[in-house]
Amino acid sequence: MTGLQWDWTMVWESLPDLLIKFVEVTLLVTILGSIIAAVLGLIIAVARRSAPRPIAAVLTFVVNFIRMTPIVVQLLFAYYLFLDLDPVTIGVIIFGIHYATYMAEVYRAGIEAVPDGQWEATTALSMSRGRTWTAVVIPQALRSTIPALGNYVISMFKDTPFLIAITVTEMVRAALVFGGNHFTYIEAITTAGVIFLIASYPTSLLIGRLEKRLAFSN
Amino acid sequence: MGDNIAALIGALPLVGEGVLVTIQLTIGGALLALVISIGLGLLARFTNVVLRGTARVIIEFFRGTSLVVQLFWFFYVMPQLGIELPAMFVGILALGLNYGAYGAEVVRGSINSVPSGQWEATTALSLSRSQRMWRIIFPQAWALMIPSLTNLLIQLLKGTAIVSFITLTDLTYATDKLRNSSDTFFAYGVSLIIYFLIAYVLTLVMNALEVQAKHKLGRGESLKEALSFRTPRSADGKAGIS
Repeated sequence: MTGLQWDWTMVWESLPDLLIKFVEVTLLVTILGSIIAAVLGLIIAVARRSAPRPIAAVLTFVVNFIRMTPIVVQLLFAYYLFLDLDPVTIGVIIFGIHYATYMAEVYRAGIEAVPDGQWEATTALSMSRGRTWTAVVIPQALRSTIPALGNYVISMFKDTPFLIAITVTEMVRAALVFGGNHFTYIEAITTAGVIFLIASYPTSLLIGRLEKRLAFSN
Repeated sequence: MGDNIAALIGALPLVGEGVLVTIQLTIGGALLALVISIGLGLLARFTNVVLRGTARVIIEFFRGTSLVVQLFWFFYVMPQLGIELPAMFVGILALGLNYGAYGAEVVRGSINSVPSGQWEATTALSLSRSQRMWRIIFPQAWALMIPSLTNLLIQLLKGTAIVSFITLTDLTYATDKLRNSSDTFFAYGVSLIIYFLIAYVLTLVMNALEVQAKHKLGRGESLKEALSFRTPRSADGKAGIS
């Protein structure tokens, strides 16, 4: 039993490996996945509002289906369907699609918060529908959505260890491998958890502050 | 397709067992999460800095460190500390603590949004501390918190899919076995539909709870009325049209 005591040398030994994986996989997937989710989410939100009713209904069902089923199963599904694709790429795409369904709800609320008068004004000015969205509605809707989107980014960040299911060596898997090689899991797994905490907690504090500021100035 | 159906029928006992494990984890995790949510949520409202600080540290710790890390920590590290726990217990513990920490924020927020007049009224009636909370404030906060708790419950159900990492034979594990005897699209299609159905049933149950909670506060119809086919009551409370 080497693991009964906390051994700092194990922390320092595992740290470089964990940090490399943190940057190479965890951060990379979070950033790319967030970009896909933010863009796709906006497309879904606008489509649900402006598409013909049957198409919007189908879209709503698909979005709910994705939201209500586990991301791990979705990752595995895509992994086995596209075996020749790189697992990290699959991770980015699935995280992007999964979180797009959440972000679409955030955008929806933001779009609904834009006063009706704004729509009426664009009609009075005989603006095209496309210009109404891009020049009037979306800029106003986006402002109030930023904090909520940020929370989903943090949530995605904490979900990245699910990539273990599709054989990606991200930070937590690296910690498990280290633990297996050194016959002690305490330090490496705890260090991985602390890295998550150090990265996510200040970010969520910042988002909370942003939320208050945007709420007050509205 | 015929082969797939045959494979599904062959794998039915395993799939059934998997569904059972998934449901056990969901219900066990949800009950633990509910207890932790209410406990930490109430604790986080105390004026005593030590009590409030303890609650905040626990909440931020479990919200901030990722469910998978917590699951692995309980599964791999606890035995090294001499505490051997069954995998099912570890799964419920990790799910309950993680989602309980998120739930605590929901409970705290909902209690804070009960109108201050209600608090003043309890003081005017000179109710005791616990009477105030459990008879006046909490029932109102409960109705407010159910929609958010429903979201968390669905998150928790989805979170159970990672327990196959710690040797539990849940629905995700059964799906992987089914994939060996049928094609991928079929196996995962079936699995996703089952997860969706469980989530749908949970949502319906939670919606029913919300109707009931609101009815108890004198807002909205009772669950029995909501589910019946009778003519809906008009706004002034008289039955029927006119």
